[in-house]
Amino acid sequence: MFAIAAVIIIAGAVGVVLSANPVHAALSLVATLFGVAVLFVAQHADFLAAVQVIVYAGAIVVLFLFVIMLLGVDRAEDLDTEPLVGQRPAAIAAGIAILAAVLTGFWLNNRDFGGVAIGARSVAGKLSDPAEENVAKLGRLLFTDYLFAFEITSVLLVIAVVAAVVLARRAAGRETLEGEATTDKQVEVVE
Amino acid sequence: MTLLADIHTTDTWYLVLGALLFTIGSVGLMVRRNPLVMFMCIELMLNAVNLTFVTFARSLDDVGGQVIVFFVLVVAAAEVVVGLGIIVALMRRRPGATADDVATLKG
Repeated sequence: MFAIAAVIIIAGAVGVVLSANPVHAALSLVATLFGVAVLFVAQHADFLAAVQVIVYAGAIVVLFLFVIMLLGVDRAEDLDTEPLVGQRPAAIAAGIAILAAVLTGFWLNNRDFGGVAIGARSVAGKLSDPAEENVAKLGRLLFTDYLFAFEITSVLLVIAVVAAVVLARRAAGRETLEGEATTDKQVEVVE
Repeated sequence: MTLLADIHTTDTWYLVLGALLFTIGSVGLMVRRNPLVMFMCIELMLNAVNLTFVTFARSLDDVGGQVIVFFVLVVAAAEVVVGLGIIVALMRRRPGATADDVATLKG
């Protein structure tokens, strides 16, 4: 099961990077998100798997698709020309460096501690406690130990909603696509 | 004992998969110029980190790792909403803008 999900995840991720068409990239992203949700289930994170499918695949990707369709950018772009010479080799080299750094960390950890994650165990609560469901454990922790972070999160969401409305609305009575006057006005608004 | 060894091996594989996913996302972020696709690459990187958190939550038997993933999901949702708002405002002003064109906003 891990192998199947891993193949789906990697194929989806490569699809996101290599698709010329943003719609195809968004659909590849869905494949990756579902694969990650499968691995969440495999690791006893049932609630997170459900949230992953509902929030990520259901809401975020649909939002992406809405924006793609709204802006009419759903046509293939030219990926063959490289506007900045040497960018791709440099990016791939940087990627290999990142991967090498992380894998070296794993390898050292594996060698010194036999693959066991080090650190304090079960600080916030035991995950394997059979007395409680996964959702119950998460919920109890959210409303006790992490209550402050939870409340701050709600403030963050309100700010995000207000910001989205402010950013996406057109200035009243103005055509935003033309005219310097609009630009000046919007600079004022931003300031 | 063999069962324990198997569990640890899968743990490592989960972490390697997370590292691979993170790398693909970061390379995509550096290579692509369409702001929407760059955003999707950021989502890939966030998912890689989430996968790593869940793996550590299981191997350390700690619910805290899963709670963090919950918060990462919420922040990712907020980030996407604001980011897509910025992209919509940008694309209205200059249709077909790439990440290069946004450099004119500086200063």
